[in-house]
Amino acid sequence: MGCVESMNYEIVLRDATFKESRDYIKAHFKEFIDVQPGFKVFDVHVIGLPPIAIGLDGDFVIFPYTKPCHGTFLLRVEDHEEAARLRALKK
Amino acid sequence: MAGEPTTNSKTALLVLGCPQVPVQTSIALYLINRLKKSDITPVVAGNKAANTLLVVADPDRHYLGEVMDLDRAVAQISDKKLDFDLCFVFIHNDAGVSYAATMGAISKAKLYTIVYGEHYEDQVKKIEFPSTMIAAKAVHNPLPLKKALDEVAPWAA
Repeated sequence: MGCVESMNYEIVLRDATFKESRDYIKAHFKEFIDVQPGFKVFDVHVIGLPPIAIGLDGDFVIFPYTKPCHGTFLLRVEDHEEAARLRALKK
Repeated sequence: MAGEPTTNSKTALLVLGCPQVPVQTSIALYLINRLKKSDITPVVAGNKAANTLLVVADPDRHYLGEVMDLDRAVAQISDKKLDFDLCFVFIHNDAGVSYAATMGAISKAKLYTIVYGEHYEDQVKKIEFPSTMIAAKAVHNPLPLKKALDEVAPWAA
């Protein structure tokens, strides 16, 4: 997951619990998809209790990123292609 | 290469949590020893700090075998390039529960959740997925957790 450092990301939530992260996505984004743990968003295999919510907002993808010592971060990354790929999975 | 899993014996993955609770390193070394005595090949996956605590404590690798980066382990298991017979996830915070649920979803290994720390009961309540739970209030003194582990004796299963 080293690529996270090279992404142009915005931190939406930091040091959250997994549940806080999932609830935030469902409360703040009309559009989201549920995925299983290990699902790849960009080059990140997402961690968490299934189902894991990934938010979509235009070309922005909002996804949880978990670190053992810092809990779960919600990251917001703009990427048209990845947003389109994830949106296509809903169909 | 020493420490790589052999094809003849069972394999076990130890998923380390944040090393801020001291008992983790002690119990990990103890579990590795018991697994190896039962001809189960242990592989450790943790972040840099958790792995380094073990590597520095066992420079001649009397106990440790392969040690790998946690993110790499998750990626390889998710991509079906790697798997184990047993998986032990060390849990003392919310992230540990998330990693355990992930291992339960991506791996075919029999899952053991090792829960400890001052507020271990808070984490126990979140574990609603299938696993064999080994839990004790243990922060500095590893003996309560060792006792709970010995009672389950996963190396003998």
